[in-house]
Amino acid sequence: MPTPSLNEYLIISGLLFAIGLGGVIIRRNIIVIFMCLELMLAAASLTLVAFSRFSVTDKGLPDYDGQMLVFFIITVAAAEVAVGLAIIVSLYRARQTIHTDELTSLRG
Amino acid sequence: MNPWLLLIIPITSAVIIQLGLKRNATASALLSTLSVASTFIIAYLLLGKEVSAAPIEWIDIAGLKLDIGLQLDSLSKGMMIVVTAIGMLVHVFSLGYMKDDEAKARYFGCLSLFMFSMTGIVLASNFVMMFIFWELVGLSSYLLIGHWYHKDSAADAAKKAFLTNRIGDFGFMIGILMLWGIMGTVVFADMDGGKLSLLCTCLTGMVVLLIFCGAVGKSAQLPLHVWLPDAMEGPTPVSALIHAATMVAAGVYMMARLFLSLGITPDTAELIGSAPQVIAWIGAITSLLAALMATQQNDIKKILAYSTLSQLGYMVMAVGLVDANAGMFHLYTHAWFKALLFLGSGAVIYACHHEQDIWKMGGLFGKMKITAITFIIGTMALTAVPGTSGFFSKEGILHAAHESNQALFYIAVIVAALTTFYMFRLIFVAFFGKAKNEHAEHAKEVAPVMWIPLALLAVMAFASPFLGKLIPATEGYHPHLGFEINVVTIASLLAFAVGFIAALILYKGKTSDPVNIPLFRNKFYFDELYAWIIKIFQDALAAIIHFFDAFIINAMIIGGLSRSAVGIGNIFRRYAQSGSISGYAFLMAVGALLVIYFTVFASK
Repeated sequence: MPTPSLNEYLIISGLLFAIGLGGVIIRRNIIVIFMCLELMLAAASLTLVAFSRFSVTDKGLPDYDGQMLVFFIITVAAAEVAVGLAIIVSLYRARQTIHTDELTSLRG
Repeated sequence: MNPWLLLIIPITSAVIIQLGLKRNATASALLSTLSVASTFIIAYLLLGKEVSAAPIEWIDIAGLKLDIGLQLDSLSKGMMIVVTAIGMLVHVFSLGYMKDDEAKARYFGCLSLFMFSMTGIVLASNFVMMFIFWELVGLSSYLLIGHWYHKDSAADAAKKAFLTNRIGDFGFMIGILMLWGIMGTVVFADMDGGKLSLLCTCLTGMVVLLIFCGAVGKSAQLPLHVWLPDAMEGPTPVSALIHAATMVAAGVYMMARLFLSLGITPDTAELIGSAPQVIAWIGAITSLLAALMATQQNDIKKILAYSTLSQLGYMVMAVGLVDANAGMFHLYTHAWFKALLFLGSGAVIYACHHEQDIWKMGGLFGKMKITAITFIIGTMALTAVPGTSGFFSKEGILHAAHESNQALFYIAVIVAALTTFYMFRLIFVAFFGKAKNEHAEHAKEVAPVMWIPLALLAVMAFASPFLGKLIPATEGYHPHLGFEINVVTIASLLAFAVGFIAALILYKGKTSDPVNIPLFRNKFYFDELYAWIIKIFQDALAAIIHFFDAFIINAMIIGGLSRSAVGIGNIFRRYAQSGSISGYAFLMAVGALLVIYFTVFASK
């Protein structure tokens, strides 16, 4: 079985990012939008990991910088989920809905 | 004696009064009077002597060299005597006339400023310096006409005088610039009349007429004469000094100076085309219309003001007949007797508690003997009774007119008859008959400080032609001082007789005006005509400017900018700020993509 190349990883992560972005734009349920955001973060993480794996230093080891960033992303994402879900809960309490169509207070 | 003192003394007096003596009226009055007396003495000492004053360099840039210098020839030295002597007598008279005025210090400060400016005009060595002082006399005249500025009529008259003069001065300024362009210099002594022959007469004539514009404004010739009668709102001594004897004559003096510098004589007059004829006709028409207007005025000062207009018309006519010496001679004699008449009217007004309507006076001859007699002497000089100064000077002008232009001669004779008529109308109504008013009933002779100047001026009304070296004219001019029977003399005497008899028949012992000619009474409706013209043109101009302001600037430029900003903002508001989260997310994605596209792909 041939080893996938960097391009294939990047295509996969690009697809994941596009799906996530499409979901954020198209979907109306705020929980689903939130999940799509996580998908975009995962796509970015995948890119970083792939770059790390394919960028080998002169000692024969991968470049760990990318993987360090992924740890940060996972940490930030966890915190973000905690805050984001709390916002969604209080939003639901205030407005009795989580459909973005009905949340139009910012209309100019 | 340093001639510069003539300028330094009055300005020092004006500055000291303005800065330091505002609260001390008596001291300012004395200082001002003292300053004018000392300038008179200096001017007298300069007579008949060859003096020169080193000029002060002012501007020296490529092609233009300007000095502040003094022109000391017989023309300017004679004129200085007129200015300082009458100025001195008017100052003395003012000590009495303005005794109880609240703003006496300001009055005398302005008088000193006027003496400074008038001296500057007379002694200026070049046109630019003359123009500066020309404007300064305008300023001091403005300040003095508006001395009683709390009266609306005085404030309006002051503004009218200033604005009307500005119109004339604009032409004067253009004329000076054109003359500088032709001559390459503005200094009187350096001008070369021969250069005129190199140019088309249309151009040279235009230069002379443009400079004449200044004289039209200052000497109140038609069509800018309207300010002078209104200027009578000022204190009467001011009317005597500025609006009868000196400032209004500055126009004639300036024209004489111009003709002298350019060497214009009857032989070379064709160099300036038909400008002299235009000047002569303007003078003649002014003289005629002003005399007609004077016949129907009731205000004693207005009558004298129109008479001044009429006599100034005479002088301008003489200048236009290229006999500037005759004009200057009449200016010289006229200055004395018209100052006498004005100061006399001032004494009458003072005695009648500031009543100016001649129909409310009457019978003053018995009560104010000295004033009445001096006034009658002034009238005799003005109406050219043989032997008086006015007879000789008017003779000179009539003679010049008789020689060159019969039409002008007839106009001048008619004016002479009208002059006699309105002056004796004034005398019969104001000084004879019964007192028509309580104030006139109780009028008393004025104090010596007021009648002594009158007496001195009355002497000058006879003596002035015989004081040869005082006469402001070109070197070697000798006025004709004899009495011969010829056409001119007969016409002059006939005019006097007709005017006197008409006034005697119509006005002796009358209590109300038997003649009523609204056209003359209303000054040929000049003021109304100007008001109408100004209304039409000003309204049209204002309408155009308003249209421009309201529609072009306000609605299109300013309003348009703000409206388009609002419109573009509204488009963003309506379509970008929809309030839908997915819309915002989509726009953000598009934005991010565009940023990536431009930074990564398009920057190369």
